[in-house]
Amino acid sequence: MNGVTAFFQTTGEILGLLVESIYWCKGALSNREKIFRQIAEVGSYTLPVAALISIFIGGVLALQSGPTLALFGLQENIGGIVGISMVRELGPVMASILVAGRVGSAMTAEIGSMSVYQEIDALKTMDIDPVRFLVMPRFLASFIALPILVIYMDVIGWFGGAVVSAANPEIGVSFDVYYRNLSEFVEVSDVLNGLVKAAVFGIIISIVCCYVGLKTKGGPREIGTSVTRAVVLSFILILIFDYFITRVLLLLDLQKRLM
Amino acid sequence: MDVRTETKDIKKKNAGEGVLLEYLKSTPVDVKIINLNKSFGNNHVLRSLNLEIKPAETVVILGKSGSGKSVLLRHIIGLEKPDSGRILIGGIDVNDEELRKKHTLAIVFQSSALFNSLSVEENVALYLREHRVFKDENKIRKVVSSALSLVGLEGKENIMPSELSGGMQKRVAIARALVMNPDLILFDEPTAELDPMMTRTIGDVILNLREHVEITQIVVTHTIDLAFYIADRIAVLSEGQIVELGTPEEISRSKNPVVRNFIAPQFEREEGGSEI
Ligand SMILES: Nc1ncnc2c1ncn2[C@@H]1O[C@H](COP(=O)(O)OP(=O)(O)O)[C@@H](O)[C@H]1O
Ligand SMILES: [Mg+2]
Repeated sequence: MNGVTAFFQTTGEILGLLVESIYWCKGALSNREKIFRQIAEVGSYTLPVAALISIFIGGVLALQSGPTLALFGLQENIGGIVGISMVRELGPVMASILVAGRVGSAMTAEIGSMSVYQEIDALKTMDIDPVRFLVMPRFLASFIALPILVIYMDVIGWFGGAVVSAANPEIGVSFDVYYRNLSEFVEVSDVLNGLVKAAVFGIIISIVCCYVGLKTKGGPREIGTSVTRAVVLSFILILIFDYFITRVLLLLDLQKRLM
Repeated sequence: MDVRTETKDIKKKNAGEGVLLEYLKSTPVDVKIINLNKSFGNNHVLRSLNLEIKPAETVVILGKSGSGKSVLLRHIIGLEKPDSGRILIGGIDVNDEELRKKHTLAIVFQSSALFNSLSVEENVALYLREHRVFKDENKIRKVVSSALSLVGLEGKENIMPSELSGGMQKRVAIARALVMNPDLILFDEPTAELDPMMTRTIGDVILNLREHVEITQIVVTHTIDLAFYIADRIAVLSEGQIVELGTPEEISRSKNPVVRNFIAPQFEREEGGSEI
C-alpha cells in the first residue's frame, strides 16, 4: 500500500514539475542565453556519438531486411523500409536513449549535487525559483534539441542503410535506387511523427532527470544513485510512451487517410 | 616603506567598505519565535522554543553540535516548516508571501553553498542580476567589488569557488548575502573550520555591520570567543529550548549549569589551565 501511495505521489510531483516548467517558459526570452547554452551542451555531448550509432543503425536495418527482400526480388524497396523505420521509430528512440544517458545523467548529477550542497536552498533564500532558474532552460533545450538531433540521426542513418545496401552483394541496391525509393515511401508526415515523439521524449528526459536531481538528499553516494535512477526511469518511460504515442499517431494517420 | 603600503591598503579597504556600507540601507526588523516545535521522526529537535530579537540587534546562539541550531535558522529563513508555533519577522509570519515583499532575509550557510558553476563575481552578483536590482552593469560590478573588499577578497572576481579555500568560500558567501541588502542576516557557524586569524576577520565584518548598518543579525556558533566578541546578546540553546538569554556580561555570570558547562573550558584556558 505504501508503495502505491509513493508511486502516485512521485507521479503527481513529476507532473507538478512539468506544469511549473511550462509556466516558467513565459520567461524563456529573457533566459534565451541560458537555453542556447543548454542546447549547445546537448549538441556537444551527443553529435559525434549520434553520428556513429546512426550509421550502424541504418546499416543493420538494411542488413536485416535486405537479403529477405532479395529472396522475393523486392530488394529495391529497401530504401523505403530503412527510411521509414529510422524516421518513425529508431531515430527518435535511439536519440532519446542517447540524450538520457549523456545529457540527462549530467542534469541529475549537477542538480543533485546542488541539492546536496545546499545550493538549491541558497537559491530559494535568494528568492530565485529553482524551477525557473534550473529546470526551465533544460526543459526547453531538450524539447528543442531532441527533434533536431533526430533529423540529424535520420539523415545519417539513411546514409548508413544506403552504404550497406550498395556494398552487400546479397542486397546490391545502388544509391540511386535506394534514395529514389526512400523519397517515394517516406512522407513528411512520417518525419513529423518522429519529431513529435522526440519532443515528448525530450520533455520526459528533462523533467524526470531534473526531478530526481532536485529530490537528492545526502552526499556524493546519493548523487550517484540518483543518476542511475534517473537514467533508468527515463529509459523505461521512453519505451512505454513510445508504444502509446505510436498508437495515438497511427490512429491519427488512419483518420487522415480515411478523410 | 612597509608602513606606507600598509596605510594605502587600509585606505583602499575603507573606500570599498564605504561604497557598500552606503549602499546597505536596512529597515531593521525584530524577530519573534513563539512556541516553535519541530521533530524529525522521533527526534524532537525544537521543543516549544521561544526567543525575541530586537531590531538591529546582533544575537549569538550558542549550542552544542546537534542541538538544533541549524534547524532553527532554517525555520527563520523559511526553508523548514514548523510542526507548531510561529516565527514573526517584523510582525509578519515567515511563511506569509507578504514578508519577502517587505523585507529581505539572507543566510550564510555553514557549507557556504556557493554556486559551483559560477565565478565568484557571478555568485555575488546573482541576486542583483536575477532581480534586476540595478539596470546598470557598472553599478553591479561596483557593488560586488566593494562587497568583496569588505570581506578582504578584492580582485578575486574571476576565480571559481572550487579554487578557493574554505575560509575564502565562506567570505564570498558573506559578500553574496550582503549585496542582497538584507534587513535580517543569519550566519550558520561562520567561523567553523577557520583559523583564529580568519575567525577574527569574520568577527570584524559582523561587528562592522553591527556598528555601521541597522541590520538584525543572528549568528550561530560554538566558538565562545567569537560569541563574546560580536554579540549584543547571547542565547544558549540546549534540549531544544533557549535556556539562557542575556548580554555577554550576564552570560559570563550565569549560574545555569548548562551555561557554565559551556563556557567553563574557556576560562580554564584563559587561566592557562587544561588544554586538551
Ligand atoms: N532534514 C533532517 N532530517 C532529519 N533529521 C534532521 C534533519 N535536519 C536536522 N536533523 C536532526 O536535527 C538535529 C539538529 O541538527 P542541527 O540543527 O543540524 O544541529 P546543529 O546544532 O549542530 O546545527 C540533529 O539530530 C539532526 O540529526
Ligand atoms: Mg549546524
